[in-house]
Amino acid sequence: MLSHCDNVQATGFVEHLKLPHYVDFQAELGLVRQMRAEYAGAPARAEGGGRMSAVAAPQASGYNFAYLDEQTKRMIRRAILKGIAIPGYQVPFSSREMPMPYGWGTGGVQVTAAIIGPDDVLKVIDQGSDDTTNAVSIRKFFAKTAGVATTTETKDATIIQTRHRIPERQLTEKQTIVFQVPIPEPLRFLEPRETETRKLHALADYGLMHVKLYEDISRHGHIATTYDYPVEVADRYVMNPSPTPKFDNPKMHMSPALQLFGAGREKRIYAVPPFTKVRSLDFEDHPFEVQKFDKPCALCAATNVYLDEVVLDDRGGRMFVCSDSDYCEERRADGHRGELSGEAPHLVGGAA
Amino acid sequence: MMAKLNDKPLLSARNLGKHYGQRLGCRDVNFDLYEGEVLAVVGESGSGKSTLLSLLATELSPTAGAVNYRMRDGETRNLFDLSEAERRFLLRTDWGFVRQDARDGLRMGVSAGGNVGERLMAVGGRHYGRIRDTASDWLNRVEIEPERIDDLPKSFSGGMRQRLQIARNLVTHPRLVFMDEPTSSLDVSVQARLLDLIRGLVSELGLAVIIVTHDLAVARLLSHRIMVMRQGRVIETGLTDQVLDDPREAYTQLLVSSVLAA
Repeated sequence: MLSHCDNVQATGFVEHLKLPHYVDFQAELGLVRQMRAEYAGAPARAEGGGRMSAVAAPQASGYNFAYLDEQTKRMIRRAILKGIAIPGYQVPFSSREMPMPYGWGTGGVQVTAAIIGPDDVLKVIDQGSDDTTNAVSIRKFFAKTAGVATTTETKDATIIQTRHRIPERQLTEKQTIVFQVPIPEPLRFLEPRETETRKLHALADYGLMHVKLYEDISRHGHIATTYDYPVEVADRYVMNPSPTPKFDNPKMHMSPALQLFGAGREKRIYAVPPFTKVRSLDFEDHPFEVQKFDKPCALCAATNVYLDEVVLDDRGGRMFVCSDSDYCEERRADGHRGELSGEAPHLVGGAA
Repeated sequence: MMAKLNDKPLLSARNLGKHYGQRLGCRDVNFDLYEGEVLAVVGESGSGKSTLLSLLATELSPTAGAVNYRMRDGETRNLFDLSEAERRFLLRTDWGFVRQDARDGLRMGVSAGGNVGERLMAVGGRHYGRIRDTASDWLNRVEIEPERIDDLPKSFSGGMRQRLQIARNLVTHPRLVFMDEPTSSLDVSVQARLLDLIRGLVSELGLAVIIVTHDLAVARLLSHRIMVMRQGRVIETGLTDQVLDDPREAYTQLLVSSVLAA
């Protein structure tokens, strides 16, 4: 069990754990299975499509490669290219219905579907972990509809779709990271009119963003925004980095990997090209700071990583472990040992 | 005394007019406004005074005429030839706009300090301490206790909200302030205090003000010159005391005589 201290804006996380969403998802799966069974019974039809569909998905026949049709992929790729050309600018795109509810990463899934090829290796993380429902579902989705190899190891992946974290291991020029974005508009809670926020972006009129940070300091004595911390990209557009903890903001700066952001419900795609300046907004006398932890990871003794709090029992026992589960496992395989690595419950401690 | 004032007009309207389709908003408005001068626009409801104010503040685009403004660099430009970015910059630096309803002029969900500081941050202020000091200084100047800097305007009285709106507008030292019935939503004693405050700030800062009001007493107290509007046209202009004490037009006479001891 994970203990969380997110505020109301993060209720999306709790919603994911609620039964109705799971049932929706399960219901869709049931329908997909039924349709597939019906399709297998019918005579084979000719499939149209582009180059990529030449590689048929080995398991889920009846789908185009990576689920989306080629026209849709072209549309999404055009939006991505425009996003790369104007770093941080939110490009509208005609987001499709996906076989999963909004809030499950429909934007990220569409971006991944548009860029993935048969030789890609996909990693999907949710809250830093490869093993949570969202990550497992999306990984399986692409394994079935595209037949691509999947991995949990950051170093082997060519595409990493993520929700809430950027891996601890430094990404490379050969990798692309795809973020699932719930609310792409950084000015949304300050200015509800979309026409007005677009104008503010167009004129680089970002005083309002600092009003939010000002209010934080006047209420809490420090900038209390801990995730989805607004950044300025390439000295121009202010952008929401998706609900990653602000701990990960510095990783976006001059990252060698291409960073793509997809918001399915809000129908926006934006991008940070490799080696682009990404600056977290702040005040001169209240500079940007990332979260600090007083202890290393209880399992692998890593420092300077983002830690999750794990409740151990009902008497207040808890430990702090790497949120990036792959990074933690890799370190333990290399022989690093934290103070609880011997005692931690089997399920949490994993194989090491 | 005030700083040396320029002898060229700050703002001048030339044959300014606005039609809403067939319906007339206002037409053939001509006037010059100089630095440090307060111009009152009076008239009954529907006389076109609010349309005129919106035109001058570039919130509406005119169907005829031009408004020329002398920018801070000394160059005179037609406001309607400015780009959106230049216009917005003008609006948050060189101009102020005090609304009738403070809820339209303030961010009600943002603290008093944040409201005052917004313009400073919009023009690049990035030092929290300095922004806060300036905000606190301005709250003081408009007679709001600095301890209330972190309170939301929701918890302020009507008079305080109007004073906060004034502080928010004056913090970037604008040269021209538009006021749309700034006192009409307040009770009489609060009105008097606010008028006093506005009069003090206007002469201290050498502000040019265009104030729209239907209240001749407000015009008498604040303005140097007055412009009487009726059915979309300016029917009489002149020095405030002159017009109010000795109105020439029949309509102005009616307007003046309808007020108790203005």
